[in-house]
Amino acid sequence: MTGAPPSAARRRLLAAGGSLTLVFALGRARGQAENAAGAGKLPGSLDKEAWLDAWIRIDGANRITVFTGKAELGQGIRTALLQVAAEELAVAPARLTLVMADTARTPDEGYTAGSHSMQDSGSALRHAAAEVRTILARLAARRFGVEAGAVQAADGFMRAPDGRRASYGELLAGRQIHQRATGLAAPRDPAAHTVVGKSLARIDIPAKVAGAVAYVQDLRLPGMVHARVVRPPAQGARLLGVDLDAAARLPGVLKVVRDGRFLAVIADQEYRAVKAAMALARSTRWDLPQALPAAHDTAALLRALPGAPATILARGAAGAPGRVLRAAYTRPYQLHASVGPSCAIARLHDARLTVWTHSQGVFPLRAALSELLGMPKEAVRCIHVEGSGCYGHNGADDVAADAALLARALPGRPVRVQWMREEEHAWEPFGAPMLCEVQATLGTDGRIADWQYTVHSPAHNTRPGKAGNLLAATHLERPFAAPPPKPAPQPEGAGDRNAIPYYLLPNARVAQRFLGAGPLRSSALRSLGAYGNVFAIESFMDELALAAGADPLAFRLRHLDDARAVETVREAARRFGWERWQRPGRGQQRRGRGFAFARYKNLAAYCALAVEVEVALETGLVRVVRAVAAVDCGEVVNPDGVRNQIEGGIIQSASWSLLERVGFDSREVLTRDWGAYPILRFAQAPDRIDVHLLDRPGQPFLGTGEAAQGPTAAAIANAVFDACGLRFRDLPLDRARVREAGRGR
Amino acid sequence: MSTYHLRVNGADYAVDSDPDTPLLYVLRNELKLNGAKFGCGLGQCGSCTVTLDGAAVFSCLVPVASVGARPVGTVEGLGQGDRLGVLQQAFVDEQAAQCGYCIAGMIMRAASLLAANPAPSDAQIRRHMQPNLCRCGTHMRILRAVRRAADASRAQPPKGQP
Repeated sequence: MTGAPPSAARRRLLAAGGSLTLVFALGRARGQAENAAGAGKLPGSLDKEAWLDAWIRIDGANRITVFTGKAELGQGIRTALLQVAAEELAVAPARLTLVMADTARTPDEGYTAGSHSMQDSGSALRHAAAEVRTILARLAARRFGVEAGAVQAADGFMRAPDGRRASYGELLAGRQIHQRATGLAAPRDPAAHTVVGKSLARIDIPAKVAGAVAYVQDLRLPGMVHARVVRPPAQGARLLGVDLDAAARLPGVLKVVRDGRFLAVIADQEYRAVKAAMALARSTRWDLPQALPAAHDTAALLRALPGAPATILARGAAGAPGRVLRAAYTRPYQLHASVGPSCAIARLHDARLTVWTHSQGVFPLRAALSELLGMPKEAVRCIHVEGSGCYGHNGADDVAADAALLARALPGRPVRVQWMREEEHAWEPFGAPMLCEVQATLGTDGRIADWQYTVHSPAHNTRPGKAGNLLAATHLERPFAAPPPKPAPQPEGAGDRNAIPYYLLPNARVAQRFLGAGPLRSSALRSLGAYGNVFAIESFMDELALAAGADPLAFRLRHLDDARAVETVREAARRFGWERWQRPGRGQQRRGRGFAFARYKNLAAYCALAVEVEVALETGLVRVVRAVAAVDCGEVVNPDGVRNQIEGGIIQSASWSLLERVGFDSREVLTRDWGAYPILRFAQAPDRIDVHLLDRPGQPFLGTGEAAQGPTAAAIANAVFDACGLRFRDLPLDRARVREAGRGR
Repeated sequence: MSTYHLRVNGADYAVDSDPDTPLLYVLRNELKLNGAKFGCGLGQCGSCTVTLDGAAVFSCLVPVASVGARPVGTVEGLGQGDRLGVLQQAFVDEQAAQCGYCIAGMIMRAASLLAANPAPSDAQIRRHMQPNLCRCGTHMRILRAVRRAADASRAQPPKGQP
């Protein structure tokens, strides 16, 4: 974006207010220092969108509006970004209005994903706001006839030493600061922070506990109608026949749509749409081929898929002497399983399409919808409205495509599409299965002398950008083909995310065998491959420690040299009471402790975790009794927000790791409700979770939302081994598997 | 279509609806109450939990024709805006939400417990909340919020709270 003129949308906004171009020579400051690595790069997303008035606008009444391309997904980013902007603008957070992810109004920050929001948008807002404050101070200094350094910003006013003051709005007189960020304005000294670093209560929660309009599901637009889609039983199914009239003759039905295998009904009332869709579904006849692999063993399924290994790390040489250990770990297809199924509203009016969506990426979605409908991008607007938590690429984009297609079928009316539970369970893009094969040589010095690792996995990212990434687009009479998925480059990676251990390994080779699209559609699920890779690496570290006769904690520390990693590991162990922990007396349930550590993506937050589990071999039930985490995510903006994310990550990962597996036979997905695909309920929740933060004021933000997923899985498996001597290398450690393994023990 | 007389959060409403329409859709679309959420339509997740005669029910499974004169309670009836009810305030105080989609259902499930048992044990709270799903993993905070509300209600009996 840098160097490009303002977008059409931005120009429309600018036309409303007029702008102010002021160029001040700003001294070299932290903004530049932090970005010394990338010469001339501006902090975070400022590098893509440098116009200050794309981020911050102040009107004549001193109302301040802040813009971000990131979206609130329930992770609390709205509150954290407000804190960052409020701190630099020297106003209370409640004074700011934050506009999030809207293709007509906000910067394009791609997807809200990958624990990137604080790094991308938090950094951008911090530096944009610091620069705006600096410019306002210069304007005030000029007005007051004093030195800029003598002007103080507080509560939306600039004050001179003699008490004279002018509001930010007065200083700008209705104009905007339309100039590019330099990155040279100094953010506030962390020691002086009054808003950042504090546990400001989430600003969205009061509305949610009171039943106010809070979700896209709650929007009611004038003239809105309700639609439901009838899906094929499986992606490969062929429609042999359908009686459209079976639905069309029902009360309230406004339209029955058929385009190839894409079938839908639109009705005046929501439950009438539900009933009409059921009637339409009953009238369909399908050819359902045996297109899926019969193998239910994840390792066999993945070994059978084609794909050549690509080396992502080659260090030192193979062949070091010592004791060789080998193991293979798997993770099955798993669900995002949002509690609220996906929903969207679309309206086609005057050749312009507006879509209200809980997509993680409104700009990529706009591109995909514009291709799907053959409309220019400028004629499509995607507005983010919160939905149920998504944890990655769930049905959000697909339901937006459904709504767009149906809005085209019924122009002028807002069409609301609500997926049913069975649709979300069967058709969301699944978290991709993984097979992780590892071999290590343990030297006589008790260290890892050689490490070889290969991860086999299909696509972890099939997000839109292209129409073919939208489910309905692949079912049309003239279908859009899903573009061939590609692996993502290191260091972030996708299936190979965190496949490279964060340990000192003088001789190591790591490879990824990327398996393309796989038999079932898969895409980004919170932490992508980091979940399976950290599960494998951290389980194997315990296996190696056992072979080396070392304490698992001491063995890890032997292989860590990053001081922050060491401190995080030690902090988790200390808070858990690792050294003094004693196994409770043998009752019906066996207790054990387990440890795991990872630095997410090897470049974001550090997370170390110790858990205590109880294992009932008779029933196979494993429960985490207590979990203690230590997290270093750089400078902490909202401590309680980070704790909430880590607690949630631990419980969600415990649910994946103890319960979750997509079931399918040779024809179709079988796990289509919460009975067939259970997730963790209160009875299996821990007694206690403690999250300890190692705050690093002044250090860059390190994304934290996905940091706990991998360590939790491994810590549980390690604790189960400690409790009963059974090493589980296949996820999930569900009751059937544990009961079977524990038979006779 | 028939006309049904419903008593919701202490107010009387007449709604025209097909008799088999689940109460959930009537609350959301006819009465414009957002608290109860669609989650599964199968009685498996609790997102749609409301109280019917004080007991927690899955409103996705209750046909509107079967409600009759029994009073319906939704989260909107516990408090609004600056005047939140004890349970709602406890969820705010504990920051017991991430995406929050399940929270209104959680609160109504908890309300039915506290109405019947103002001094539940921690084990009773856990058992009572079992039907409701949270995918964000906010369980510890939700349990704390219910505990806090129970303690607060006993310390200061609410006036006119359901």
